[in-house]
Amino acid sequence: MSDDAVNPEAVRHVAELARVDLDDEEVEAFTGQFADILEYFETLDEVPEVEREAALTNVMRPDEERDSLDREEALRNAPETEDGFFKGPNVS
Amino acid sequence: MAANIFITDERIEGDDTENEDADADGPLAGRTVAVKDNISTKGVATTCGSAMLEEYVPPYDATVISRLKEAGATIVGKANMDEFGMGSTTETSAFGPTDNPAAPGHVPGGSSGGSAAAVAAGEADLALGSDTGGSIRCPAAFCGVVGIKPTYGLVSRYGLVAYGNSLEQIGPFGETVEDAAALLDVIAGPDERDATTRDAAPDGESYAAAATGDVDGLTIGVPTELLEGADEDVVDTFWDAIADLEAQGAEYHEVSLPSVEHAVEAYYVIAMSEASSNLARFDGVRYGPETETETEGNWNETFSQVRKDGFGDEVKRRILLGTYALSAGYHDKYYKKAQDARAWVKQDFDEALSEADVLASPTMPVTPFEQGESLDDPLQMYLADANTVPVNLADLPAISVPAGESDADGLPVGLQLVGPAFGEERLIRAASALEFE
Repeated sequence: MSDDAVNPEAVRHVAELARVDLDDEEVEAFTGQFADILEYFETLDEVPEVEREAALTNVMRPDEERDSLDREEALRNAPETEDGFFKGPNVS
Repeated sequence: MAANIFITDERIEGDDTENEDADADGPLAGRTVAVKDNISTKGVATTCGSAMLEEYVPPYDATVISRLKEAGATIVGKANMDEFGMGSTTETSAFGPTDNPAAPGHVPGGSSGGSAAAVAAGEADLALGSDTGGSIRCPAAFCGVVGIKPTYGLVSRYGLVAYGNSLEQIGPFGETVEDAAALLDVIAGPDERDATTRDAAPDGESYAAAATGDVDGLTIGVPTELLEGADEDVVDTFWDAIADLEAQGAEYHEVSLPSVEHAVEAYYVIAMSEASSNLARFDGVRYGPETETETEGNWNETFSQVRKDGFGDEVKRRILLGTYALSAGYHDKYYKKAQDARAWVKQDFDEALSEADVLASPTMPVTPFEQGESLDDPLQMYLADANTVPVNLADLPAISVPAGESDADGLPVGLQLVGPAFGEERLIRAASALEFE
């Protein structure tokens, strides 16, 4: 999906990386829209290199044991669980 | 069309005797609050306006919710929003659009459209929204109410479902500046569960106490770049509001912020990149939804199918573009340049605020769109955020206050005031001057 050639294959490739299945109509619509949007993003080339002075401070806390969410609560929203664990799809 | 302000109507009583933390004499006792549906409420569905989280019920409260309950507030419902905060109209919600109570037939703005509409319609005294690139200020402007986007780090994001962590803040809506400020008083302050929060108490008694309307001697900088793209009738209404502040003793001068010409593209590259990472967690394993399709043996196919069904178009668009911007070979071209632009925007604002107390512009360059008008052209939608996104890139506080109605169509116009980091009181003082005639 280089800037001058946003094509359906490139959209499908990025969708695969992002784990989002797309149908043909979505691929077609996104191809046109992404070309417009990426062309607009190109104007970032005009931005000068800027000295970034990030005034960052580490925020630490004592490493103390404390209560966390209990297992039942943590699992409550999962569609599938087994023996107190999340159950995901098979790994091939 | 039904107003469709709330996704979930459930009440959470803050002054309920069953709630030990509640204080019947708290600062918000007897006041009702609508809460944007991306802020976690223990035991009450929190959907983010997405089919992906339609059944999701958080097992804990966001810090701001604990503080609301302790202050005695009653939560009246979870407000509609653009899906995961991605939109400026509340039309990308999986639960249908919300009408604008101040301009029926038009969008309420977004992404916190339900929150602003709740206050405008009198369904709640106050509301909480979140603002990643204008999502509090835009709907405040479109619905004719007050909205505050706090300085990055003033309000805890613990329990806010993340979209663009480096940009977003939870903030208040009210019918008046003082109301919104009183809600800010309750939610602001450090939180050990959000390491980006800072201890920055107001200089005075409280944020609400700053709503004095005193603008005598206030200097206002007006960035010319933020007027250039705005509709003529919006600009006229804006200047009327500035004249009103001038008549009360404020002075204004024009300033230039050349970097903001690149703010929209920088914002979208950063927000989409962060979104592509944040939304990777929605794979159907921990939060649902149930997968209908059984894929044989390939978990990537299962995840891709859940995400196809669960996410709407705008969310898919942003995840894909963010994935692209961060991918090998393009990171330096997009993400790194966007970070340069962000640093440049910060410098420009710092400079302009060294010669002015506040900066003023129209909140939105346009009046509210008609329902359905803008969905087909995402890039045009992004460009409507030109005046709000620079503030998030610069981590600064801003307020949107009603400036009046457009002469052309009678629709609400908002005035945005931007201040220095942790300068919320100055914004509250200045904005409240527009309410004293």
